[in-house]
Amino acid sequence: MGPNRTWLLIAPAMLVIGVFMVLPLFLAVGYSFMTANPYGGVTAPATFDAYLQFLYQRDFDDSLVFSPSYALIILRSVYLAIATTIICLVLGLPVAWYIVCQTPERRRILLFAVTLPFWINTLIRTYCWILILRDEGLANGALRHAGIISDPLPLLYNDGSILLGLVYTFLPFMVLPIYSTLERIDPRLIEAAHDLYAGRAAVFRRIVWPLARPGALAGATLVFAPALGSFLAPDLLGGGKKLLIGSLIQMQFTSSRNWPFGAALSTVVTVVVLTVFVIRSRRVEEERR
Amino acid sequence: MTKWKEGFSSLALAAAILGAITTTVLADAGELHIYNWTDYTSDEMIKKFEAETGIKVTIDTYDSNETALAKLSSGAAGYDVMIISNDFVPIFVKQKLFQEVDAGAMPNFKNVDPKWQHRPWDPDAKYTVPWVWGTTSYSVDTAVYKGPTDSLKPLFDPPAELKGKVGMFGSPTEVISLALVYLGKDQCNSNPADLKELDALLEAQKPFVKVYNSDGIVERQVAGETVMHEQWSGKALATRQQKSTIKYVYPKEGAVGWMDNVAVPTTAPNLDNAKKFLNFLMDPENIALQQKYTGYQSAIAGSNKLLAPDIGGSPEFNPPADLKITFAPSCDEKAIRAYDRIWTNLRQ
Repeated sequence: MGPNRTWLLIAPAMLVIGVFMVLPLFLAVGYSFMTANPYGGVTAPATFDAYLQFLYQRDFDDSLVFSPSYALIILRSVYLAIATTIICLVLGLPVAWYIVCQTPERRRILLFAVTLPFWINTLIRTYCWILILRDEGLANGALRHAGIISDPLPLLYNDGSILLGLVYTFLPFMVLPIYSTLERIDPRLIEAAHDLYAGRAAVFRRIVWPLARPGALAGATLVFAPALGSFLAPDLLGGGKKLLIGSLIQMQFTSSRNWPFGAALSTVVTVVVLTVFVIRSRRVEEERR
Repeated sequence: MTKWKEGFSSLALAAAILGAITTTVLADAGELHIYNWTDYTSDEMIKKFEAETGIKVTIDTYDSNETALAKLSSGAAGYDVMIISNDFVPIFVKQKLFQEVDAGAMPNFKNVDPKWQHRPWDPDAKYTVPWVWGTTSYSVDTAVYKGPTDSLKPLFDPPAELKGKVGMFGSPTEVISLALVYLGKDQCNSNPADLKELDALLEAQKPFVKVYNSDGIVERQVAGETVMHEQWSGKALATRQQKSTIKYVYPKEGAVGWMDNVAVPTTAPNLDNAKKFLNFLMDPENIALQQKYTGYQSAIAGSNKLLAPDIGGSPEFNPPADLKITFAPSCDEKAIRAYDRIWTNLRQ
């Protein structure tokens, strides 16, 4: 195949990536350096105001003061995304391992079960958690019925319920990549380890985990990136009392009518995610050497 | 075989002629393109309009005032009428996106309730006719909360027993509008002293607030998750129909009002049909169909009587005559930024 044909074959994919990914990305970065239009949208002149707003705000009397609000919101979002990733890893690894150990027939059924939630809209699934967790919901009802509690536990509208919603939504993204790497492990390696008197812990630590790592890393990025920008779970399950970066961005494009700041926030999210990607691919390369 | 073919072609010809006739008939009466919020146009009402006038109606929708403004000011043409909130009417008029239709001189204008004939955003009814409207206050479960319900004080300065039992809207402008009514301050406020007071009020209220969310309020109230919730009149009625102890409060400080209006864009291709539609909407029988669909009040006298008595005659649909209703205008950038700051700090 000549170089011309190769280009022709790649062209559609490049076009899609260019038009739907690279162009909007540059548009967002461009918008973040513009001035907000009073009714949404942006106008000239170009400024750094949007980035200044991360740490400084105009006080009610128009003086510029230091304000940690946005920094706090961004930190909370990163912290929740990291926590989601760790919990997904801890829960996802044994699940993937369990599926790998089954007969091919059962593997298929279990894999189907893992992807089953994708058949229902995320909004509906998240809303179901409200029905389960609320004061008069299923969880509190069951506990009260069993006589364990008399007053309902505050299960909904806190960081815990946000975390639960995020883990629930993104767990399959961790299980599937780990499964695909574990599936390729040669079972004889494990047998050999046992023959050499390795205990279960040693087998996991020295055989399974090193081989599962690429899958776990792929899963971690697949979970971390969308968890950082998610606004459905935080809004519905968090009760809107604590802002996360996803809701903050959405707010800037709607009620706050501050598109440049919204664009600046999205740029920050992109930079954080890209940094994570770069660190990851560096480490993968180092391990290969 | 040839016979069958012949028969088929003559049938096709007949169908084509018939089709041509019907389209000519429709083309004679013309078309009407409506631009409205999503899920906000009654099918029954549109069918009645089409049957009475022979005009073919097409509906296109938007999801926020800002979207509609952006679309029209970017030069989008083709809409004959559009529905728009009271706060955005002056912006559209100022940018010359609406044309004068002199609604006040239309035959059905006499049906408009006298108190809505001179609306602050269109005092002489030059541009718009009312669509539906409502008030914003709060509703409370009187089976749980036994205190006084004549003021906004229990909502913004709740008694200790309501800690974590209050719900507020998720939109900063709507929360702040009502808070400013409680404080007796101007809407769209950028006075530093007033803003500090507003900020302090919302911060002090926060421990009592369970959730800031405008969706699912009826459910939360019926399930008893929130005892008190900022609420629109129409939704408050829907809540009371499911739980009879819910009361919609008309506070002595006043309530916030909102009204959607029907206007004609400058670029409307079918001006005459647009005017027919505006006049049609001021007939109580027609706007009542719209009310049935959305569950809000109308500004046309006598339309409530055409609804089921438990809706048309409900306290939620009939605010007391002496209720002070504040319609918040669209705020300037300075106030919007200040509101944004208060709202973000509140939820940081």
